[in-house]
Amino acid sequence: MLVHFLECVVKAVSELVTRPKDSLGQFDILVIGGGVVGTAIARSLARYRWKTALVERFAELSFGTSKANSGIVHAGFHSTPGTLKAELCSKGCLMFPDLTSELDVEYKQNGVIMVAMSDEETDKLHMYLKQGEENRVPGMQFLSGDELRSREPNLSDRVVAGIFAPTGGVVSPFELTLALGENAAANGVSVFLETEVTGMEVRDRSIVQVNTNKGSIVARLVINAAGLYADKVANMAGDYSFTIRPRKGEEYLLDKRLEGTVHSTIFPLPTPVSKGILVIPTVHGNLMLGPTAEDTDDREDLSTTFEGFQQIFSMCSKMVNGLSPSDLIATFAGLRPASNRDDFVIGPSEQARNLINVGGIESPGLTAAPAIAEMVLEIVKDMSSDLGLPIEENEDYDPTRPGVRRFRCMTDEQRAAAIAEDPLFARIVCRCEQVTEAEIVDAIRRGARTLDGVKLRTRTGMGRCQGGFCTSRVMKILSRELGIPMTSITKRGGESRILLYEIKELLSASSDSVGAVDSDRTLSSGASVDTSGGDSKA
Amino acid sequence: MTASVQERDLVVIGGGPAGLAAALAAKEDGIDDVLIIERSDELGGILNQCIHNGFGIHLFEKELTGPEYAERFIKDVMKEQIECLTGTVVTGLSREREITAVGQESGLLKIKAKAVVLAMGCRERTRSAIHIPGDRPAGVFTAGTIQQLINLDGYLPGKTVVILGSGDIGLIMARRLTLEGVKVQGVVEIMSYPGGLNRNIAQCLNDFGIPLYLSHTVVEIRGKERVEGVVVAPVDSRRVPILDRSFYVPCDTIVLSVGLIPENELSRMADVRLSSTTSGAYVDENLQTSVDGIFACGNVLHVHDVVDFVTRESWRAGKNAARFIKSGLPQCGIAVKPGKNVRYVVPHMVSGEQDVEFFLRASRPMGRSVLSIQPGLREVRQRIVKPSEMISVTLSADVIAKAKSSGEIRFELDERGTGQ
Ligand SMILES: Cc1cc2nc3c(=O)[nH]c(=O)nc-3n(C[C@H](O)[C@H](O)[C@H](O)COP(=O)(O)OP(=O)(O)OC[C@H]3O[C@@H](n4cnc5c(N)ncnc54)[C@H](O)[C@@H]3O)c2cc1C
Ligand SMILES: Cc1cc2nc3c(=O)[nH]c(=O)nc-3n(C[C@H](O)[C@H](O)[C@H](O)COP(=O)(O)OP(=O)(O)OC[C@H]3O[C@@H](n4cnc5c(N)ncnc54)[C@H](O)[C@@H]3O)c2cc1C
Repeated sequence: MLVHFLECVVKAVSELVTRPKDSLGQFDILVIGGGVVGTAIARSLARYRWKTALVERFAELSFGTSKANSGIVHAGFHSTPGTLKAELCSKGCLMFPDLTSELDVEYKQNGVIMVAMSDEETDKLHMYLKQGEENRVPGMQFLSGDELRSREPNLSDRVVAGIFAPTGGVVSPFELTLALGENAAANGVSVFLETEVTGMEVRDRSIVQVNTNKGSIVARLVINAAGLYADKVANMAGDYSFTIRPRKGEEYLLDKRLEGTVHSTIFPLPTPVSKGILVIPTVHGNLMLGPTAEDTDDREDLSTTFEGFQQIFSMCSKMVNGLSPSDLIATFAGLRPASNRDDFVIGPSEQARNLINVGGIESPGLTAAPAIAEMVLEIVKDMSSDLGLPIEENEDYDPTRPGVRRFRCMTDEQRAAAIAEDPLFARIVCRCEQVTEAEIVDAIRRGARTLDGVKLRTRTGMGRCQGGFCTSRVMKILSRELGIPMTSITKRGGESRILLYEIKELLSASSDSVGAVDSDRTLSSGASVDTSGGDSKA
Repeated sequence: MTASVQERDLVVIGGGPAGLAAALAAKEDGIDDVLIIERSDELGGILNQCIHNGFGIHLFEKELTGPEYAERFIKDVMKEQIECLTGTVVTGLSREREITAVGQESGLLKIKAKAVVLAMGCRERTRSAIHIPGDRPAGVFTAGTIQQLINLDGYLPGKTVVILGSGDIGLIMARRLTLEGVKVQGVVEIMSYPGGLNRNIAQCLNDFGIPLYLSHTVVEIRGKERVEGVVVAPVDSRRVPILDRSFYVPCDTIVLSVGLIPENELSRMADVRLSSTTSGAYVDENLQTSVDGIFACGNVLHVHDVVDFVTRESWRAGKNAARFIKSGLPQCGIAVKPGKNVRYVVPHMVSGEQDVEFFLRASRPMGRSVLSIQPGLREVRQRIVKPSEMISVTLSADVIAKAKSSGEIRFELDERGTGQ
């Protein structure tokens, strides 16, 4: 009895002392990174009976580069033949129709057009046409300026010719990532959020333990899909074979009023560092302009700039008529995880025996993601016997995700039926995008924990008033459904709390307001009693 | 499951002061079948969150709070037994005055109305609408959202605030936040003059020692997760920021009070013609839009600074909607044009058959001025003229009728230094 008690005390104390080293479990395969690449890989792995885990440092999946990009499913004529980018982009593009219908993700095959604005540029179009053929891009056509304008009446008169690729499309990148993650989890993958890989223990060129801020993980195989930090993660395993340098891209979203201005995505000729600045009809009916391309050394810099704004509008207005900054409703920036190898870095590490790197996944990484996942699956199979991972199919694997019901996409009859079934469909919470309380509750049931998590899943706050009307309403629903106070709800995890105080709180808490913030934090991180002494503040 | 179409005489979209007045006026003129549709759970519109006083000075010669002002009209609506559907959002409107709405109690509704009054109010301009570059952390709010969070929900966004824009809502929130123990670091305004009413500058900023930075703007927002501060810079006469004179102001919250935009999405669906100056509908003296039987009033028509004018305008909209239902309305053939120093005039068309109250705004701040109504109709003296303070002038039918031959009536403002 006493012994048992002492054991408990010892265990509790050691837990306190070694807290960061708590075990999160033993797995066959650990995927690091919950972007489109990591989630696509996790879902592919779920087809087999491996015990798989995925860790993501942010509060929710897709909060990295996968939520901040152009959302284009590239046809595949941009990339140099023979590269992984070229192969995986063309292949990935053709996988989108099936993939998005399995997962019920919004996708539109609207085609892409690359325009030339001088004779010199027209010559270059022929080069891309040929490149597209080599990359096996189906159905490409060369069109004259007038032919283009009869298809897209708002193209400017400067456009003299173009190529059209019908297989290009647009997708909601965050919806896709969240859906891939949700489906992976439904098929048995354990997902750990707010779990950041901080180090690895390597013995005999093998990773024996992966450390995170939440505890350690043991896995036979580690797949590094850490996006902007893929080089850092590789370094932890002693692999210094590639480096990542972010390239920032700013995007400018315009009001839905302009829906229909163009039907296909309009590209200029590429620059040496990017595909140029595009006019994109998003899958949700907005027009988006972007991205810029600026190299940066700051892996967290998602700021937008005045220069970016000017550059975007001047470039896009050359190609398309009727664009005006007065229709701007949102701006954001994303960072391309560009590698020093000028191509995707995919394959087993040469330094660590049980590590597969999937790094440098810059554009067209969203498009390529499903093909990357298949490629990685093949690599895993090749390595499986060495690692002691038997290849057994998971008979219960279900590739489909139960449908998301979107009020804004329903006909009046469907709306009436939905309301009859669930009266929460009659409560419109976000008026700009017509999102109902039923959809928000469903998003929370599917895993949304933050304001942005609800937004990316349902489109609340994404319309023209940018959440002015619905923010507090969505927060109330989050608070109710999750049973947490309004003041602990964050925009996107971490320190991004939205409402810092309750009314009157600042009037009573006279002076020591810094202390007030601190005690707040202790409370929200769980009311554990810190007996270890040490740095507890006086 | 198709909802059957109800037939109604008058449907008022929006239950703020505009909608309430229009409904009451129509009822008074004998329209018994009036329906107000309001998306919030309460009637009263934006007034419900305006717990400061200053409403009703013109109409009731009394300083009421927003909710008190609204209450007077809500009581009358109850007394008149006007039907109200709250918690119901109008999601569709056609030229033929077919309305689709969705509500908790009624489910999906389809209504065909003989006349419709648009009274949907405004939404606030956001950060993107004014292009502020920088990070995108939590802690950036519009003033109306802050007002709602504090006054209705009982939360404070943060502890130190910078307010961008000196519109009335921002000024009122500067005071409100200060009273709640929040430190307001300052109000930053890009124009060389304040956007809000004089009395609000005095009562909300000066009385609390809150600095007002005129001819300044926020050029960058900083903070990865939560706002940490803003970079403020003075602007030159062309409103271009002078970056080498910029300075950093730490704060955890940014409040934007940078203007309101009439909420005309439904009007667009019904092909109502909109003005690019007011962002509201083109209306004639009866407040009828370019679509027969569809009327507009209140903030959805043009942004008002005092609610009393909203009520007066909307009262007329209701009366004329009643007249339209009973006997139809005459055509208006005289175009109303803003001339020198005038940004806009509402209404846009008049007939010369009845007296009309015109609402107009100056395009720049001016000293003592004279408003002249062309061609040679009348001159009206004005005290200090400011874009933030709406001017109201009523012209009699016979004065307006003089413009019949030219088909046009023009409003101009001229500065008249002294005397005369
Ligand atoms: C502006 C812009 C526009 C683009 N447009 C397109 C386009 O139109 N079409 C297209 O195909 N591609 C496009 N791309 C490229 C595309 O967005 C990326 O290739 C893709 O999103 C990369 O996915 P990922 O999963 O590798 O990266 P991410 O989405 O960044 O995922 C990596 C994840 O790993 C997590 N992580 C990192 N370190 C750790 C750690 N130590 N522990 C735990 N988790 C960690 C991160 O938090 C992150 O969530 C664009 C990119 C940008 C920036
Ligand atoms: C912060 C603030 C301070 C102010 N201070 C003063 C002051 O001191 N003195 C003064 O005289 N005036 C003041 N005003 C001005 C005055 O309150 C407004 O001009 C007036 O409220 C506008 O009335 P409205 O009915 O046009 O709009 P609102 O009051 O905005 O009402 C519009 C209504 O329509 C509803 N609606 C919109 N779309 C739909 C739809 N699709 N379906 C159903 N319902 C819909 C909305 O929910 C809302 O209730 C202030 C305004 C604000 C915002």
